[in-house]
Amino acid sequence: MIALLMRDLKLAFRAGGGFGLGLAFFLIVVVLVPFGVGPQTALLSRIAAGILWVGALLACLLSLDRLFALDWEDGSLDLLATSPLPLEAVAVSKALAHWLTTGLPLVVASPVFGLLLGLPEAGYIFVVLSLLIGTPALSFIGAFGAALTVGIKRGGLLLSLLVLPLYVPTLIFGAEVARRGSEGLAVQTPLLLLAGITFGSMALLPFASALVLRVNLR
Amino acid sequence: MRLNALWEYANPVKFMRLTDRVLPVVSMLALAAMVVGLVWGFFFTPDDFRQGSTVKIIYLHVPSAMMAISAWFMMLVTSLIWLIRRHHVSALAAKAAAPVGAVMTIIGLVTGAIWGQPMWGTWWAWDPRLTSFLILFLFYLGYIALWEAVEDGDTAADLTSALCLVGSVFAFLSRYAVNFWNQGLHQGASVLRAGALAGDTEERVSNVFAVPLFISMAGFVLFFIALVLLRTRTEIRLRRAKALIARERLS
Repeated sequence: MIALLMRDLKLAFRAGGGFGLGLAFFLIVVVLVPFGVGPQTALLSRIAAGILWVGALLACLLSLDRLFALDWEDGSLDLLATSPLPLEAVAVSKALAHWLTTGLPLVVASPVFGLLLGLPEAGYIFVVLSLLIGTPALSFIGAFGAALTVGIKRGGLLLSLLVLPLYVPTLIFGAEVARRGSEGLAVQTPLLLLAGITFGSMALLPFASALVLRVNLR
Repeated sequence: MRLNALWEYANPVKFMRLTDRVLPVVSMLALAAMVVGLVWGFFFTPDDFRQGSTVKIIYLHVPSAMMAISAWFMMLVTSLIWLIRRHHVSALAAKAAAPVGAVMTIIGLVTGAIWGQPMWGTWWAWDPRLTSFLILFLFYLGYIALWEAVEDGDTAADLTSALCLVGSVFAFLSRYAVNFWNQGLHQGASVLRAGALAGDTEERVSNVFAVPLFISMAGFVLFFIALVLLRTRTEIRLRRAKALIARERLS
């Protein structure tokens, strides 16, 4: 499982296109929003937390379609399925690798992007915290969506249609933590609910992903 | 009747034979109930003292909204039956129900918007109920799109069933998450209330409006059943036609 994780990480770092792309996309979203809504700092700092969350969500979505598709095309997914490693563990390590290469960089970079959007000073810690807790859920939910569409040619658009509605609760609680944090309100309730969604998806969704992977490999 | 006898109708031949007889009856009952409910509701009830005639949209709005949720629930049950017992009719019934449910969701949203414009002064508000209905509609879209995208029938049934199960959990989560996110403009449950069972029998919807509403709701339920039966029969025939073509090619 660790070997598989390392392999995926190496592929993401060395093969190019995977690691930096999500981050660059995130940056572009952050740059484009002021063009769309105007450069008033007051407005931007009010919506900064929400933009960071939506941007992170879209950046996560961007790299999902290659999560299983590349291994599916060259046949290594069949090898993984016949290996002694259960398919559930494969799904976990794939999702984990996805989080380490897209979610974690987003978390680390979010304060800088917050700076660009004039995020209120109190908000930084909460944006980082909510992204840190919330983005693993995005990866695990996304892995389920990627497993669903792995056998479909040109499944990219379908993948977004399937995954984005599933992201709604995570986005609501994540953005709520960031918003309340920026405004200096209590964040405990949404934070706990966000953590609940993350841990729930981490615990249960790999089973669903493995189920649909098995169907697709049949 | 033994419960086991129910599973006999998972056999497509038996299902076709049964629905041959049931479908006309259900369709006629649906037509009758909808005509009675809607005509009574639209033409033979008084205007509300504050809402005027706009109150009458309730006869479309409430039944369609109810069916939009019930259809998803039915898809959840049939998906589970497919995953556990692998009856093809069950999977096809889930497939057949999805577009009907999606249309019911649209009817609910559109009639709500038409009512909301004069009453709330806006076509759309980010109210928890409205928002979660929009999300439900997205779930329907994804579900239908997945059925369309996968070519092999059994694979598609498996994948959409998995999506339906996971989607139900997340749709449920979304429903309560949006409550948390914004306070509502939409009124609370007033037609079928849990509180009524506990003895709170205060009249929230006047009986003048409620009786045709219940008839109309019954009509929508029957209409939904008739449509799903019809569409399931079409799907079964489609499968048969495909099997025949495949057999012809082999010979």
